[in-house]
Amino acid sequence: MKTHLMLAGALSLIATMAAAEDKPVLTVYAPDYFTSEWGPGPAIEKGFEATCDCDLKFVAGDVLPRILLEGDKTSADVAIGLNTDVTAKARATGLFAPHNEDTSDLTMPVKWDDPIFLPFDWSELAFVYDKTKLKNPPTSFQDLLDAPDDAYKIVIEDPRSSVAGLSLLLWVKDIYGDKAEEAWTKIAPKVLTVTPGWSEAYGMFTDGEADMVLSYVTSPAYHIMAEEDDSKAAAIFPEGHYFTPELVAQLKTSKHPELAQKFMDYVLSPDFQGMIATANWSFPAKLPHDQLPEVFQKLPMPDKTLYLGEAEAEKLRGPALEEWQRAFSR
Amino acid sequence: MATRLLQIRGTPIWAVLAGAALAALVLGTLAAVALRAGGLTGLRETDLAAIRFTLWQAAASALISCALAVPVARALHRRRFAGRGLLISLLGAPFILPVIVAVFGLIAVFGRRGLVNAALAPLGIDPISIYGAQGVIVAHVFFNLPLATRMILHGWEAIPAERFRLAATLGFGPAEVTRHLERPMLRSVLPGAFLAIFLVCLTSFAVALTLGGGPRATTVELAIYQAFRFDFDMGRAASLALVQVAISVAALLIAARATLPSSFGAGHDRRAAPIPQLSGGIGRALFDALAIGLASAFLLFPIGTVFARGLPAVANLPEMVWPATLTSLVIALLSTVVTLAIALPLALVATRQRWAEIAAMLPMTASSLVMGTGAFLIARPFVNPTSLALPMVLLSNAALSVPFATRILMPEIRTLQADYDRLAASLGLRGIARLRLLTVPRLARPLGFSAGLTAAFSMGDLGVITLFSDGQTRTLPLALFQLMGSYRMDQAAGAASLLLILTFALFWALDRAGHHADPR
Repeated sequence: MKTHLMLAGALSLIATMAAAEDKPVLTVYAPDYFTSEWGPGPAIEKGFEATCDCDLKFVAGDVLPRILLEGDKTSADVAIGLNTDVTAKARATGLFAPHNEDTSDLTMPVKWDDPIFLPFDWSELAFVYDKTKLKNPPTSFQDLLDAPDDAYKIVIEDPRSSVAGLSLLLWVKDIYGDKAEEAWTKIAPKVLTVTPGWSEAYGMFTDGEADMVLSYVTSPAYHIMAEEDDSKAAAIFPEGHYFTPELVAQLKTSKHPELAQKFMDYVLSPDFQGMIATANWSFPAKLPHDQLPEVFQKLPMPDKTLYLGEAEAEKLRGPALEEWQRAFSR
Repeated sequence: MATRLLQIRGTPIWAVLAGAALAALVLGTLAAVALRAGGLTGLRETDLAAIRFTLWQAAASALISCALAVPVARALHRRRFAGRGLLISLLGAPFILPVIVAVFGLIAVFGRRGLVNAALAPLGIDPISIYGAQGVIVAHVFFNLPLATRMILHGWEAIPAERFRLAATLGFGPAEVTRHLERPMLRSVLPGAFLAIFLVCLTSFAVALTLGGGPRATTVELAIYQAFRFDFDMGRAASLALVQVAISVAALLIAARATLPSSFGAGHDRRAAPIPQLSGGIGRALFDALAIGLASAFLLFPIGTVFARGLPAVANLPEMVWPATLTSLVIALLSTVVTLAIALPLALVATRQRWAEIAAMLPMTASSLVMGTGAFLIARPFVNPTSLALPMVLLSNAALSVPFATRILMPEIRTLQADYDRLAASLGLRGIARLRLLTVPRLARPLGFSAGLTAAFSMGDLGVITLFSDGQTRTLPLALFQLMGSYRMDQAAGAASLLLILTFALFWALDRAGHHADPR
């Protein structure tokens, strides 16, 4: 008994040792994928620490639920990796402070004037397919709806457990409005299955089990750059694609408000923005197109961007979910 | 009355503490969430549908797993062949796989582009689909058939060899053996196996969603997730978690009524070698071969495909995977120690006092999301929860394994007590001495099996690490998931293979150790 208690203690000691230096610690809550070696976290940590004479500490997990649990006693100074689907809830808590950044010259297809939540990258939803296997990909959303039931099998993510899945609900709602439920009944037979999250869905796609997967227009860039495989492509629809930014915000309760503000400045700096494309496989929020890696510059992009603001998305979420559930229960 | 009072007074303090700790972990965390939410919130129409689906799929999965396990366990019991021991160990593998890895293995075999459909296509047979309710059940049987088989096989092996010999002397045929020896044993083992599987399937989430094919396959656990993730409605999450606990306790009480001790009496500890005339003729032999063959194919092919795909990538795993692997191994071994320290005293009491059995089964009824959140809320005022990441993972893994360990130990403890209580009492064998000389040696097999299961289970669990992780500390399953989330599907497959190897090695080593420690 004694040995295992000691071991457990030693383990937690190792975990906390990193924070034992004297420099001020800036605590940033971030999603899991963000802080892994393969995400943008480590490079951001290194980049910021080089300028701030501080210790940046990521805490990974489900960002907003954790902050809501902790309330005004949260140890987070900054929260990164939030999505627009949660900002209404987050704003209502009054826990977040203005970002104080100039958002007039962001390089995004959507104008951004939120004073609290600052986008650091963005992409657009898209159905990704394998060119060598799927000869007749849908050429429009309507084409996808009207295709025969056995034309292709799509994997989508569940809107109740995944951000991508929820964004798809809003995408369909934005295009089809009152006819969204009808649209879903046409999509449903082509949906092979619904997964809890993006990883499961994308895994089924790369394993060849599904012909198409709900992902992002930037997904093919990963395969081209990291795997030298140009067989993956995003189907581009003239109806427009749904815009999905990732956001960062500082907390009112931060014990290091200057550091937190400094981090917000850093988010829009060329240094930070320059690492987003290949670390997070998405478009940086503020980087001229010609400074992107060549592959990103050449990615086929939709002509039209669709985006429901936070208020509208919050209003439509419940009814859209019910429509979706009804359509799939037939 | 007097005897009952005596029993309660004689309950070892260790068992009482273990039971209280488990109850605090499950009900205390639930209460913490409900308190924080300011009470419970009413359920919705869709929640009722989720409850119905959850109950239905759990019952169907448990029924089918148990029904299929009986012929497989019987075949394994009465046949001897080279590699039998290894096969029995290997068949345990699915149960201990992380859900996502197992699901990918199943898809590789039964999916649209899987082996089965590839074999059917040239024969002109329509492709089969693994998506929908049938997929959920196939996956749950895949996970739980091994558990049921092992529990039932333990039951068979616990029938003393003398009984089989007596049966042979009396000229019993297979039908009489079934009636007099096998059926009473099954009566005592099956309700427990059914219950264990029912409870596992009750809290299923990822399987139901990935293979269920859509919103019809909504489980209570997913409804809890939705309440948290999108509605931040902790009251509703707590209500749903309470429903989950209530269903489980009801199932537990029903199963308890259906369980009878087999009471064959003590034997002379000779291994039951199969007796030819009891095992039937060539027809039975063929049937047994078929049962073993089909079960092996069903369980081993999906694992083999995952393994074959990931093995080449093991050499190129990113460096980060190795500390994660070490962390997982340490947690697995420590949680095994904790599990046995809780499960053994509870199981010893549980054969006589129902409360201990219910306490031991409680962790399985818990929603890990609610348990993790509750623990987070409770720990928060005192320490930074992220510094508790690993102890919490250890504790929750240990707690989640207690029900299995207890279930596996209980039938043999019942037999042990029926056979040796009077002898031990007459010799004045009590306390530590009894534990060392009688209890532990005679329970070596189920203890080894429980330890193997716990260690393996803990290796594969993703669980609360995602709630408490600080980003730097990770376990192997978390590393696997992060690789998938960063498009590195091949490396993820490599990590899955590594996980598979280590998990199985742990399971096999501890299970074997139990066999070797058995004095019989």
